[in-house]
Amino acid sequence: MKPRQKRIALIVGGLASLAIAAGLALNALDSNIALYVTPSEVAAGKSPQGKAFRIGGLVKEGSVKRQDMTVHFVITDTVKEIPVAYKGILPDLFRDGKGAVVQGRLGGDGIFAATEVLAKHDENYMPPEAQHALDQAKKTP
Amino acid sequence: MRQSIIQWFRFASPQSFYPLAGRLIPWFWGAAAAFGIAGLWISFFVAPTDAQQGEGYRIIFVHVPASWMSMFIYLVMAFWAGLGLALNTRVSGMMAQALAPTGALMAALSLWTGALWGKPMWGAWWVWDARLTSELILFFLYLGFMALQAAIDDPRRADKAGAILALVGVVNIPIIYFSVKWWNTLHQGSTINLNKAPSMAQTMLWGMLMMALCFWMYSIAVALLRVRAIILERERHTEWVKHAVE
Repeated sequence: MKPRQKRIALIVGGLASLAIAAGLALNALDSNIALYVTPSEVAAGKSPQGKAFRIGGLVKEGSVKRQDMTVHFVITDTVKEIPVAYKGILPDLFRDGKGAVVQGRLGGDGIFAATEVLAKHDENYMPPEAQHALDQAKKTP
Repeated sequence: MRQSIIQWFRFASPQSFYPLAGRLIPWFWGAAAAFGIAGLWISFFVAPTDAQQGEGYRIIFVHVPASWMSMFIYLVMAFWAGLGLALNTRVSGMMAQALAPTGALMAALSLWTGALWGKPMWGAWWVWDARLTSELILFFLYLGFMALQAAIDDPRRADKAGAILALVGVVNIPIIYFSVKWWNTLHQGSTINLNKAPSMAQTMLWGMLMMALCFWMYSIAVALLRVRAIILERERHTEWVKHAVE
């Protein structure tokens, strides 16, 4: 092998082993990298015990109720549901049926006391007319 | 060296690359301006309001092209760095060095516009989710590359050290790109995918495409401008530079 080919082989080999190492490390860290757990994972006992964590899911349609300063709603992944109580300002995009990520602690009464609520929007962008047409199409099966 | 590849290698010499870069720069500036004007016009006046996010979504026309460029410039930079390491060509290292500040600018722009977008829509300037964190790491990789190169006086050694850092950092690029698929993130998934139709209105897509092309042209123009300065600086002891500067 010429020195140049040797260098190229060394670089390619180095990169390949680095990629494998990174892949293994990320795989091992999997659950720590996730920003939130789903309601199903909470129900399965996979959420951190005794400390604050985040739950992500959809705001159940029609579940948002305001009582004085506190907002009550249910967060769901369409399989399991968790009731949430939150005192504070909700982001503009927080809506019925849309995604949200809540941070807080799970109380003994099964209600998740949130200290922060973030709205999670999707990757679809369309004019209001198109959204309206979509909603209409959904209503008439 | 065989006869057939001599032509191709001609521009690997700083002396012949310098005037070529000089001739190309005005064209890329012109293209950047043209695409920029078209892109901004579409972004502000043609593209419709978004059903969910209203007018606020329009920051996407800067945010997404900047993020794309921050990742793509890194790949190009690492490619040049690797080429320089493997073939010992002089211009390769200079190209890598010239691309880094523009890449860092794009990463910073991506993080900054992302924060401005995140506050009104998500309700937070910043969250430590996988997409945001890996993009921040990319920004630091650029800064680290520039700092490392600046810390070593001998340019050839600086190129080698920088090249190794750049190549190691390549691992981060697929992590950024696929982070929204692999892990639960607050950041939404990709709107533009290779394997399905874009989930975006047509005119919005055109605006984003024009802005992306504008960023491309700008990046190339600035990188060529910078590489010319680097060539002059590194080759200042040669005869041709003395003639060129006169």
